[in-house]
This record gives sequence, C-alpha cells and structure tokens, in this order.
Amino acid sequence: MAVKPAIDLTTVLSRAFSKLRIPERVGPLPNVESKRTRALAGRTRGAKAVTSVCPYCAVGCSTLAYVSDEGKLLDVEGNPESPINAGHLCPKGSAIFGLTVNEARWTTVKYRAPFASEWEDKPLDWALERIAARFKATRDKTFVRTSDDGKRLNHTLGIASLGGATFGVEENYLLQKLFKSAGVVSVENQARI
Amino acid sequence: MPGLGTSFGRGGATTFVQDLANSDCILIEGSNFAECHPVAFRFVMQAKERGAKIIHVDPRFTRTSAVADVYAPIRSGTDIVFLGALIAWMLKNERYFKEYVAAFTNASFLVREDFVDTEELDGLFSGWQDGSDPSAHAQDRGSIAGMGKDGALSAPGRYDPATWAFDTEEVPRFDGAGTIRIPKRDETLANPRCVINVLRRHFARYTPEMVEDVCGTPRESFFEIANLLADNSGRERTTAFAYAVGWTQHTVGVQYIRTAAILQTLLGNMGRPGGGIMALRGHANIQGATDIPTLYDLLPGYLPMPSALRDEGTLSDYIASARKPTGWWSNTSKYIVSLLKAYYGDAATADNDFCFAYLPQIAGDYSALPTQMSMKDGFVDGYFVIGQNPASSGLNAEMARAALERLEWMVVLDAYETETASFWKREGVDPASIGTEMFFIPTATVLEKEGTMVNTNRLLQWHDRALAPAGDARSDLFFFYELGKRLKALYAGSTDPKDRPILDLTWDYDSDDAHERAIGEPSATKVLHEINGYYTAPGRSRDQSPQVAAFADLADDGTTAAGCWIYTGVYPDKTNNRARSRTGDDSTSLAWGFAWPANRRMLYNRASADPDGKPWSERKKYMYWDEDAGRWAGPDVPDFPATKSPHEPAKPGATGIDAHSGADPFIMQLDGRAQLFVPASLKDGPLPAHYEPLESPVENELYAQQNNPTLREWDRRDNAYNGTDTDEFPYVMTTYRLTEQSGIMTRYVPWLAELQPALFAEIDPELAVIRGIRNGEWMTVVTKLGEIEARALVSGRMRPLRLGKGRRVHTIGVPYNYGTFGNAVGDSVGQLIPLMMDPNVSIHEAKTTTCNVRAGRRSGYEAAERPADQAVPADEKRPHGSSQAHGADGGRR
Repeated sequence: MAVKPAIDLTTVLSRAFSKLRIPERVGPLPNVESKRTRALAGRTRGAKAVTSVCPYCAVGCSTLAYVSDEGKLLDVEGNPESPINAGHLCPKGSAIFGLTVNEARWTTVKYRAPFASEWEDKPLDWALERIAARFKATRDKTFVRTSDDGKRLNHTLGIASLGGATFGVEENYLLQKLFKSAGVVSVENQARI
Repeated sequence: MPGLGTSFGRGGATTFVQDLANSDCILIEGSNFAECHPVAFRFVMQAKERGAKIIHVDPRFTRTSAVADVYAPIRSGTDIVFLGALIAWMLKNERYFKEYVAAFTNASFLVREDFVDTEELDGLFSGWQDGSDPSAHAQDRGSIAGMGKDGALSAPGRYDPATWAFDTEEVPRFDGAGTIRIPKRDETLANPRCVINVLRRHFARYTPEMVEDVCGTPRESFFEIANLLADNSGRERTTAFAYAVGWTQHTVGVQYIRTAAILQTLLGNMGRPGGGIMALRGHANIQGATDIPTLYDLLPGYLPMPSALRDEGTLSDYIASARKPTGWWSNTSKYIVSLLKAYYGDAATADNDFCFAYLPQIAGDYSALPTQMSMKDGFVDGYFVIGQNPASSGLNAEMARAALERLEWMVVLDAYETETASFWKREGVDPASIGTEMFFIPTATVLEKEGTMVNTNRLLQWHDRALAPAGDARSDLFFFYELGKRLKALYAGSTDPKDRPILDLTWDYDSDDAHERAIGEPSATKVLHEINGYYTAPGRSRDQSPQVAAFADLADDGTTAAGCWIYTGVYPDKTNNRARSRTGDDSTSLAWGFAWPANRRMLYNRASADPDGKPWSERKKYMYWDEDAGRWAGPDVPDFPATKSPHEPAKPGATGIDAHSGADPFIMQLDGRAQLFVPASLKDGPLPAHYEPLESPVENELYAQQNNPTLREWDRRDNAYNGTDTDEFPYVMTTYRLTEQSGIMTRYVPWLAELQPALFAEIDPELAVIRGIRNGEWMTVVTKLGEIEARALVSGRMRPLRLGKGRRVHTIGVPYNYGTFGNAVGDSVGQLIPLMMDPNVSIHEAKTTTCNVRAGRRSGYEAAERPADQAVPADEKRPHGSSQAHGADGGRR
C-alpha cells in the first residue's frame, strides 16, 4: 500500500527498549553484580500500568500511569504502543505526575461568604445542596417564558457556564443535557475564546 | 469551524496526524507546530526525512521555522493576502489540479448575474445593508434603537446574501415526476460567471507585489513557496496544510480558513493521503466539547440550537429549517428525535413532538464575550466556571474580573486555586466590597477518573482510572450528576410547565460498582452508552436496551435514542467500547480508538480516487473502487456509501445523497462537491477578502473598506480600542503559547516552572534600540486598557517588516500562559486586549492588536487607574443577546 507511513527510528527504539532484557552474561562467566544491585529495581517494576490520555494539548498522547499496590501514583510515562506518540511526551505531558501529586492542590471544598475576606473549608454535601438551591432560586427568578412578540423562549440568561475543553466527553454531555433542559442557554467553552 | 464546514461539509480536521508523514510538502501557517504540538510534529519531521519540503509562514521565527526548508515572515493579520495571492498565482499560471477541480468542486457552477464582487464595490459584496437602514434588521425582531456605537454590541450593518447564489436550471426529476431546479453549470469553464472565473477576478489584485507591501513577506519567498506548493500537488504528489489559532483568532478568522480551503481544493489535496487541512486544536477535549457542545448555539452532533429568530418553535418548524433536502443532512429529523429520546426517555412521544418544546430557544448571541459584557453590566446572577480561568486568560481580563464582582454567586470547579476563584482578593481590591458568594469544588485530575477525550483529529480515546481522587475531589461527572439529582428533588411535585424538562430528564447513571456508588461517582460507561445510542421500548431502561451500531440505523419515529449521532458506533454493544480499543499499527490504526464519523480517519477520502474510482496515481493510492467486490476498498473506512459505484449517475430530485452521483465525494454538501464559492451561509461573504484587524497600524491597501464590515464590537469606555492611532500605539502585538506552560494546569507544577518561570515579551533588536529596552530587563507593554510588565527578550526571531510606502512595522510577541497564581507567574496579556468578535462564530482577535512599549516596570494596580473596571452609565448597559444584532441567530455549521 502506497500510503504506509515509514516507522521512524525513535519509534523502533522505544518499542525495542520496552522489551529489552539485559543479558546475564557477556562471555563465559556471569556478569559481576553485587547483592545490593541485584536487589534494586526500577520504581515502576511490578507496578500496575494504567492507560490514560494526556490532558494538555489536543494531540491525544497515550500515557501509562504506574500505580503501587497501595494505590499511590509512582510515575507517568508515554505509552509506547500508541500510534500517535509511540512513547513520547512533551515537557507538559512529562509533568502530569506533578499535576496530580502536588502540595499546592486544593482537595477540600471551599466557601467564601459574600464580603468575607478568606476562604473556609466546607463539607462537599453542604456545598452541593446550597449550589442546587441557589441554582433553583436564580432560575425561578430569571426564567423567561416568551419573547416580547410572544414566541416561546423558556430560557434564563441569569445563569451562565464556562468550560468544557479540559474535561471529558461524558462530562460535557451531562453538563449540556442538564443546563439546556433547565433553560440555561449561555453555555460556553474554550472553543471560541 | 464553519470555514472547513462550509467548504467541505464538516467542521473538523480533515486528516489525522500520522498521515502527515505521507506528505510531500507541508505548509504550516497560523501555528507554531513544533512548540505547541511537539509530539505530533514528529510526523512532520518523518515527512522531512523522506524528502518532503516544510514551509513555515509566521510573524515569529520559532523552532518550527528552524527546521523548515523555507521560513517566510508575515505581518500578523494579513494571511488572506498571502493565501489569496497563492490562489491567484495558481490560477494565472494554470498550476492547479484541473481534473480534480473539474470533477469534485463547484468550479463550473454559474454564479447569479446580480452577484457583485468586492472588485466593483471596493471591499463590499452585493447585498450590503447599512446599519442605519431599519429594514436591514427585519430579521432581528429586536429593537435596534439606541444601539449606538458607544452602547452595547454593534456592527455597522449586515449582508442580505440573496445574490450569493447559483443560477439554476430546470431538469426532469429522476423519477419522472415533474422537474426540479438545480445549479446551472458550464463544464467548459468558458462562461465568465463560472465560479472559477469569479475566483480569477476576485483574487486578481492579490499579487506578489501586494504580498510584499501588505504582509511584508519578501517576493522571493512568495515565489519559492508558490512553486513548492504547485510542484508538490497533483496526481503524483500531495501537500498538507496545518494551522492553529494563529488563523482563527481574528475578526476575519473564518475567512482565513476559507482561503486555505480554496487553495487546498484547487491544488487537489483534499481527501488524499499526505494532503488535507490539519486543524491543530489546543485543549485535550476541545474537539469533543464542540461535538457535544458546551456552546450556546449548538446541540450535540452539530444540530443547531432551536432559535426563535428562525421561527423554530415546533419540531416540524425546526426540521424544516435545519434539514437540507440533499446531502447527508437530509437525515436531520432522525438525529434530533433520537437526541430528544436520549434526553427525555419515555416522556418523549410522537404525540408531544418528542418533548421538543422542552428545549429552550435562543434569541440572540449568548456566547462567552457577550456574556462577559452582560455580566459586567449586572445581568447575570449565577456563574459556573469549570476548568477555565477567565480572570487570567480572558480577553479584557480586568473587565472579566470586574464582571465577576457583579455576580450573586459563582461556582468554580478546578484542581487548583485560580485567579478566577480568588478574583475577590486580587491586588488593589477590598474583599469587603465584593458580595459574590463563592463555591470552590475540587476536581479529579485525568488520572483519577475514567472517560473519553477527543483529540485534534476527531479521535475518541478512553482513559482508565489509575487512582482514587485526592481528598474531597471528584470528577466533573460527579458534580453535574449530583446537581441534576438535587434539582430533580427540589422541583419534585412542581406543576409548573417550566419544570417539566428537569423532572422528565432521564438521569440514571449510578455505577454498578459498589465502591463507586458509595462515594457517588456515576458511571461514565453508561453515559457513553447513551451518547452512542440504543433501541428504545416503552418502560425499558437504557441498561436493558440493545445498542445502536451505526448512525445509519437511527430513526425519527422514537424507536432509537442517541445523545450525539456522530459518535454512534463508538459503543456498538454494551461491552464493546471502541474508544478503549488499543491496537495500533503503522497505517491508519483503525483499531486504536474510534474516530467520528463511523471510524473514518481521513475525511472525504472518496476524493483519493479519480471520478472513475481509480487511484489518482499508484504513489498516492488510498481508497479505490474494487470492481470485483463491488465496493470501496483501501486502508480506511470509506467516507462514502460503501457499495455506491463511481459510475452511479446523480438523481435530480432524490433525497439525501441519492441525489449525488458516484463521483461526488463531499457527502455532507447539498451537491456533493467542495465549495470554492460558498453560497449564502457565511455572514461576511461567499469569498474571502482581506480586511485589516480592528486594531492595525496601517490602512487597508486592497480596498477602501478598512475592517471586516460585519465584525462586532463594543466601543465603550471599559473596552476601549486603540483603533488606528499609530502615534500612541505604533506596534503590532501578537500572542502565543509556550511548550512548557498551558495555564493554571501547569503553573503550579514545579518542573515546568523551572523550565519557563515567568512572563517575557519578545521584541526585535532594532525596536529595542529605539525604545531603550535591554535584553533581560523589565519592559512595559501598553494599550488603552492598561499596562503589563514583562522581562524583555530581545532577539532576531522578531524582525521589523518593510511594507509598502516605506512603512516599517515592529511586532511584539507576548506569551498567553501567565497569571498571578502558581510557581510560574506574570501579568496576563489578556488585560491588554479588548473584546471584539468575528460575525460567524463570535471569536475574538487576540492574535493581532496594537500596543506601545517602554523600558521599565508598570505602575501599581490602583482601582481608579483601571479602565476596564470603570462604571458604565445605566443606559449603555444591555443584557447579552438583547441587541439581537448581526448574526445573532448563530452560525450554522
């Protein structure tokens, strides 16, 4: 077939390295190896490798996330099997580990009351309940049934939403299904800005 | 992406990144491919290693330029002149692919006699209606009175596109039942009204001399590139184009893509291996968020959002308006009904229009920028911001922050504290004066959840979950599922008709896994089941229903449900997730992920064979007609009916693609052909014309018309434009992204902060001398909206351009990745760029504005000094969409 792409050298090498075994002997005697060296292993040895996708640009590089038995993230590497990236990652993709495991990350629900000067931690359930209540109150207050010339609108411009390109297809689906059904029409994402 | 959509039929990259390795020549323009999409760039380098020529046209010399065979500088905002001159050169020197153009395009169609081109009207097309003419706004049905230049969204006028159409002739219907009118053609191309001759005249003034005078691109570079493109196109060779937001973020952005589409069509590179147009998108799921649109004017699968302005009040009105009689969009009714069944389940029946009236109607432009303006004026109460950061990366970013102060409440979903979440404690403001109630919901990162993202070439790839989310973090899926459940509970028992859509919404995605259920995490698998589609039966749940295997099986009688018809096929049965299929190969990798539509990797691939179905050449063989098997064969899924013979005649009057012949490759189009001339679907013309950016240091050399006449602007004190004031703002400013940073997703990552620690601005050495700026020291960039400071990077990568009339233009380059939070910090360049929009897709013009620069640091941020923060008189405030101005009905596909 005329269009078959050539495999580049880096693809060949990365595939070869993924299967590489260092020979136990070169010549008649076994290689010299200390006990300590024998006991050492790469930190991803034996770890579960989970296939994921890089969350940065839109090339869609496949990644392997190595996870310990305790569920701890050990490392993230390019997936050599991917026809797109063949094991390669760019600087951003190589730093996915630091996106997930990072002391600066916020992992609690935070709330800031009107006119307050600081955030405070709140329970997740409390926040969800209050957001739903605020959503309902604003929707009920700002819902427009018809236009001035009597056409059905059934929408609200009082609530708006921004975002979509950094999270998944299923998440976008639920967002737009719920919001548009609730009459929220100002639903937008990074695509045009 | 209507630039590609109107030209070829679908708004998506036409090829896939691996196929770039098969190119003989690659033109990269409007993209810094090597730095912004480095891993895909390896296919460009593979092509180069095999002898392909790489061309880079860009205002900056970048690492893409460094490995290109030809680098040509260009003034930002002038690509239509450059590409238009290539079109004119190909036509004048007869270097286009004649057989391809004759067979697969509308080159032979006759344009109406009363169509008048920009040549005659000095930059306008026929049909122009000045904004002051009230009849021009008949379609708007809104009051335009009081919409002055200093008020809300405005544009000087609009087009009536009636004359942008083809002459028609009456022919007998295929079934003998009378006659039908179809576009008139002259296959000899002799008629001066043939599209190709209209093109010749339209682009005649786009000369190499004009390129030199307007773009600042040396004439020799132009000739070299023109010859490379022509030499590497045709039967035996193919050229690919690659672009990114350098082409789209302009007030004529859609027409940039149109110009490229015309050129690639004339060269015969569409639908062929090593050819096509590669749209390089910026975010991991930006294609997916357009396909399943978190966008105001679309429903999933590029169905238009019902619009009161188009009188789409009932299902039949909507179908009549959105459906097209010929081409694939004749199936519109099946897709909207299947969507409504997915949304509303058993409640949606044929008797109640499948609950069509549950969908809200749009009646204006509710896109992001008008919403920002409306928010600033106090018309928005509640706001959700999910993985986005308008207070840092927004246009007129200080106004974006000031707008957030006017909200009653706001919810931010993110993994890190963002400038948007904590806007109320930014430099120079008193939190005690800001009443916005704030919620921050911590979210899982990609490794902590499962689901699908769609890459730049329409490829759906599933990611497994590697570990549990940290702390209280949850997936975004969890949040929206919970919000829906709670809203259903709050509205339970309501008898108000406005609440029925919420109560009748199908909303059952509980995980089958006990642990997931315990923490409330829904099943992304079940959501993808619904998106793919299933066969319905009253009272039968989705989980019990068989999946639909292909979108050709969707129906408009309520027997199928599908959340996004173009994805149908990704989950053909309950256990076969093709987005999770992971068997790659060295060809098209059809078993790695699932590409919409129908797993086709290269769109329009019928065009890889000649009209008779034979490969154009052995060297460029791809899809071809296998006479013995009676079907299309090759390494891809045919983007064509699999068993439709190339010799099948067109059937005038038939429905859908039966109206097309077996030699019409562009199945989404009315006539099955690539559109060199686009009749009546874009708001700024059937052909591209060069207009200067809204902020430009020079006058338009081509026409008296300075800017896109249909661009939309808000000329008000908190959104001041530099205009053409070259004394105060003599320099062009362009923006770009860095390899090592994206935004909040990278600025906290220490490794990346080490690589790119802080904001800088690039200037050329000559300007550095003029302005007394030294490399590595502070400099300040100024526009009417304020100032930002950056470290100066003085380098020959930026070069002053010599334009006509002895003008010399300097360009400043400023990265767009920075903000005040994280380990890598700097001012946001978005603060300097006012809001303005193109008429088709409401995209802004962050790639080309004007500025001034000086040595040293900026002054502090005192509230009184911030123009964007200033109060606007009440009579100038309008809620978004209320002007219902120009193009308010949203772009169609």
